[in-house]
Formats: sequence, structure tokens, C-alpha cells
Amino acid sequence: MTSVSRALPWLLLAVLFALLPKVLTSNTAITMLSMMSIMIVFALSYNMLLGQTGLLSFGHAVYYGLAGFLAIHAMNYIVRNKLGIPLPFVPIIGGIGGLFFAFVFGWVSTKRAGTVFSMISLGLGELVAASSLILRGFFGGEEGITANRTKLPSFFGYKFGPQIEVYYLIAIWAFICIVLMYALTRTPFGRMCNAVRENPERAEFVGYSTQRVRFIAFCLSGFFAGVAGALAAINFEIMNAQSVGAAQSGSVLLMTYAGGAGYFFGPIIGAIIITYLQITLSDVTGAWMLYFGLLFILVVMFSPGGIAGWIMLHAPAARAGQLGRLAPSYALASIPMALSLFGAIMIIETAHHQLVKAASDGPAMHFFGLALNSNSVLTWAMAVGLFAAGVIGLRLVWPRISDAWGAVSLARPKGA
Amino acid sequence: MTYALSLKDVHKSFGPAQIIRGVTLDVKAGERHAIIGPNGAGKSTLFHLISGRITPTSGSIALNGARIDGLKPFEISRRGLSRSFQVTNIFPRLSVYENLRCSVLWSLGYKYSFWRGIEGLRDVRERSEQLMEQIGLTSRRDEQAGTLTYAEQRALEIGIAIAGGADVILLDEPMAGMSHSETEHALALIRKVTEGKTLIMVEHDMSVVFNVADRISVLVYGQIIASDAPSAIRQNAAVREAYLGQAEGA
Repeated sequence: MTSVSRALPWLLLAVLFALLPKVLTSNTAITMLSMMSIMIVFALSYNMLLGQTGLLSFGHAVYYGLAGFLAIHAMNYIVRNKLGIPLPFVPIIGGIGGLFFAFVFGWVSTKRAGTVFSMISLGLGELVAASSLILRGFFGGEEGITANRTKLPSFFGYKFGPQIEVYYLIAIWAFICIVLMYALTRTPFGRMCNAVRENPERAEFVGYSTQRVRFIAFCLSGFFAGVAGALAAINFEIMNAQSVGAAQSGSVLLMTYAGGAGYFFGPIIGAIIITYLQITLSDVTGAWMLYFGLLFILVVMFSPGGIAGWIMLHAPAARAGQLGRLAPSYALASIPMALSLFGAIMIIETAHHQLVKAASDGPAMHFFGLALNSNSVLTWAMAVGLFAAGVIGLRLVWPRISDAWGAVSLARPKGA
Repeated sequence: MTYALSLKDVHKSFGPAQIIRGVTLDVKAGERHAIIGPNGAGKSTLFHLISGRITPTSGSIALNGARIDGLKPFEISRRGLSRSFQVTNIFPRLSVYENLRCSVLWSLGYKYSFWRGIEGLRDVRERSEQLMEQIGLTSRRDEQAGTLTYAEQRALEIGIAIAGGADVILLDEPMAGMSHSETEHALALIRKVTEGKTLIMVEHDMSVVFNVADRISVLVYGQIIASDAPSAIRQNAAVREAYLGQAEGA
């Protein structure tokens, strides 16, 4: 592979970061792009543990959140003491903060792997979340701590008041972090992380302390989570207890797993999709959390490799030019899939309306422009019927997909 | 005299069960030493003790004159002792090349390096490719190790064991489960890759043992009942009664 072809994806990524706000110009879109960029860094930092080293953490928000608080305190300190540190350097403070806390907590938690590590991470997460409501001086209680980013010294004339300026600051940091985290996977240490994930015992017998590998990975992951936390502090100008809580830890786990922990780009996909859904779904339905739970269950059950795993499943067929053979069966399957999805959403929304809203607003509800009655048998019968028809249709179509894959496998040259 | 490996009165108990009961064994540098004995004699446990997977209850183990009992496996590995396992122990989802590349890194001094790209490390690439050539898996370079045939996986494990340049190598039943032709192939491979090194192997295939070993120790119920040249072991009445009679007749 030439250096040009190696650099090309990174160049495209940089161009994408630069041009997206030119295409998606609304304030909402730019806010969303900023959030996505932050979450990409956070999810990739998490995948240094889950995907690269095989460590399932339930408390990664600790490093994101604590570093975010450090960053927001640092911003206030810089303003109060009139220090000459401009805003673009605040993520470094967050990164060092994340590294520090990962060093302290990782010293304890990485002594063991597997379930023990997961349980310690859960305990530490709960410990910090509980502390956030007790140590009001640092965490600011339920209100959190606020800062004004525009009060920091300007950077080449930029005060970072408009969201677009903040977006570009976040995008540049996100780009640097993505490149660094990718580069890390291509180092001797990155490879040994994979080896420890695969077979820790064998890794020990080739000279590596698996505990040391886990600890270093944990610290580096904490650094990048800290950068993400600081970027969030800059973006929102507020940090509160939620940022260190279990929901935030669960969210990054969902992004990484749904995106695909087995591939470097998996968490990027996951962060983009989940952030989009988090922002849009919460405006559309009160049952939005339920959808995330269902999404997670569906990914675990039907695509354990996540979205990236599903995409990469098609890579050999694409290389062999056989992807077209799969298209008709996929197109056919999309019809019952859409039916079952529509039916499932209708069941959830009807149930949500009946259980939560009907008592105050009455049983009349709107669903994709349809006027429905959540108390009506007809509504329920329609919802269940659509879902059942979709599932039955999928079962009927499944052999077609299976046959198409069989044909692709037969037609593919060996090794392709 | 400094031995490559020296065990002095090594004991290992699990609760009330004594598995290793006072093993004393000296292996000279460059020697090919086989440990034989019936199932449950403690052969694999002895390997686990030597390689640091478990610690002895009492006694001492020295590698090239320096005590290694109580050290962790990676510390022992860094001191020049490597091993294979009775059940194939590789990095199953990494490619053949990646398995070997990970196994040579420490010995080439790259340790926990996260500041330089692995692709540019010429010595790592050359050593990995040389190993791949030695174990005959060059054509399988990019295959996932877990998808290789059993014999290929065993060969890869031997490759991993020798990758770090250890001068004492323990092979735990390297021929187990192999066909006759695979055994011959594996035997030739072991001879080739352990040339000039100290080899200690546990093996049930007596034709292999008597073919390879300079010296054989017989372990029965956690004790070495004889340790001698193959011809002497074959004539040893106690050995014949305890093990060899059954093993050769089998």
C-alpha cells in the first residue's frame, strides 16, 4: 500500500469534517455534528478497552465526566486569574485529567480481567456517581458547574461564541484523536492489546505482563475519554452529575457495541447513529430509552459484530464482485422488515400512550399522521397484525437470502 | 555445574492431594529430555510449575542457575524459558503472521512501545517471516490461526514457543492427536527448530520419545522413579513394571 493510498481515507475524513457544516447549515445540525464528534472520540476511547483489549467496562463515563468537570473548573480558573490559555488548549487539560483518574482507578481495576474487572468498573462508576451529589464544591450538586467559554483569551481572533467556531474546534480535536487512536492500534503495544484480548495466558508466555498491558491501555483510554469530556464541557459550557453516571457509561457501551467493537470504524458508526437517535428520538417519543434497549438486544441477538461487523461480512463478496447477487433478496426482505418495524413501533407507541398519557390526554393519539385510539381493539389488532405479518414475511424470505449467500460463496474464488 | 534447568525436591499439593512429591531433576544445556509416565502422574503439573503457571508448595527451580520458582510466567519467559501446551494455545482470531509477530516483539526489545508503528519494524517482520518459513506456514500467512488444521495449529504453537529465542523449551505432548504422517512431520519440525537448544518434552508416543530424547525421566505418582539414557530406561525393571510395559504394549 502506497503512502498516498494510506493517507487518502484520512484526507477524506478531514474534508468531511471541514465540509459537513457547509452542507448541513442549521444550528441544530451543527450542534448535532459537534455532539457526534465528541461521542466518536468517547466511543473510540471506550473501544480501546472493549474491542482492542477485551475489557468490558461499565464505568467509562467516570473518566469522561471527571475530566469534563476538571476542564470546566480550568476554564473558570483561567478566566478568574486572567491566564493566557486559550480555549483550544482546554482539551489537553481534560486529557491529562482523564489520564490521572484512569491511572488511579486503573491501578486497582486492571489487576484483574473478565468479570472481576467489569464489576470493579461498575463499582467505581457508582462510587463517583454517588460522590457527584455529595461533593458539591467540585460537582456543583444537581445544577452542575457552568462556565463561559467566550471569556477565555481569544485564539487568533476567535472567541468561540458561535456554534460553528466551537464545531471546528471540536472537529479538529476529534480528527487528531481519531488519527492517534488508529495509529495506536498499529504499534507493538496495540498488537499486544489484541493478543491479550485473544489469549491472555499465551501473551504472558511470550513475555508480556497482561496486567501491565491492560493498565497502559486503560490509562490511554482514560486520556482520550478525558479529551472527549473536555470537548463536551466546551460545547455545553456546563457539566453535571449525569456526565459521570451509569446512563452515560451505558450509552458509550451501546454506541461501541452497536457500531461494532471488532473494527476500528465500528464505534464511529455507533456514535453517529446513537447520537442522532438520542437527539431526534427524544423529541419525537417519550419511550425513546426503550428503543435503545431494544436496539441493543437486537444487535446482540442478530449481529453480534455490530453494524461494522455486518458491513464487513459483505467485504469478501464485494471484492469478488458478487454483491449484486445479494441485492434482490435484500430488497425483498426489506418489505417485511419495514412492516415488522412499523408494527413494533406502533405497539410501543400505543402502549406508551395508553400507560402514560391516556389518563391525562385521553386515548386519542397520532402515529405517523394517523389518528388512532390507544384504547381501541382495532388499533392493537392492526399493530400486532403488522408486526406478525412482518415477522412471518421475514421467515418466508429468509431462505432466499440464505440461497443468495450460498450462490455468492460458490461463485467466490477461494481466498476472496 | 550449572544446569539449564534444575529442580530440587519440588512438591506441589492441591489441598490434601499431593500431585508432585519431591521431584529432583537436572537438565544439561543442549540436552533433549523427555518426561514420560502414566496419565495422572503429574507431568503437565510439573510443566506448569517450571513455567510459572502455578507455584510450588516447596522446593526450588532454577533456570541457568537462577531461581525462577515463584516468578510469573512472563518473568520466566523473559529469562529464556518457553513452552507449548497440551491443549493448543495460540491467538485464535489473529492471523498466523500476527501470532508470530506478537511472539517476537518482547525479545526484540519493543516491549510496551506505543510510539512507533509496527509495520516499519524490519527486524520484527524478518524474524516473523523467518519463523513462518521454518514452521512451514508461509502459504497460510494471513489465515486466522483458529481456522488452521490441527497439525498446523500445533506447528504454529511450536513457532510461538521458539519465537522469543528461548534457550529452554518445554513441549507438552506436541504429537497428541496427530496421525502417523503428521507425527513424522512434527518430529522433523521439532528437531529443526530446537537445534542447539535445551528441549524438555512430555510425550506419550514412545517411538517419538526414544527417537528424540538424549535422556528420559519417568514420573509416576508425582515422583521420578528413573532418569537415564533411553537404552537404560528401556531395560529398567521398575520402569517396565510401572509404565513402559503397558505403554509399549499398547
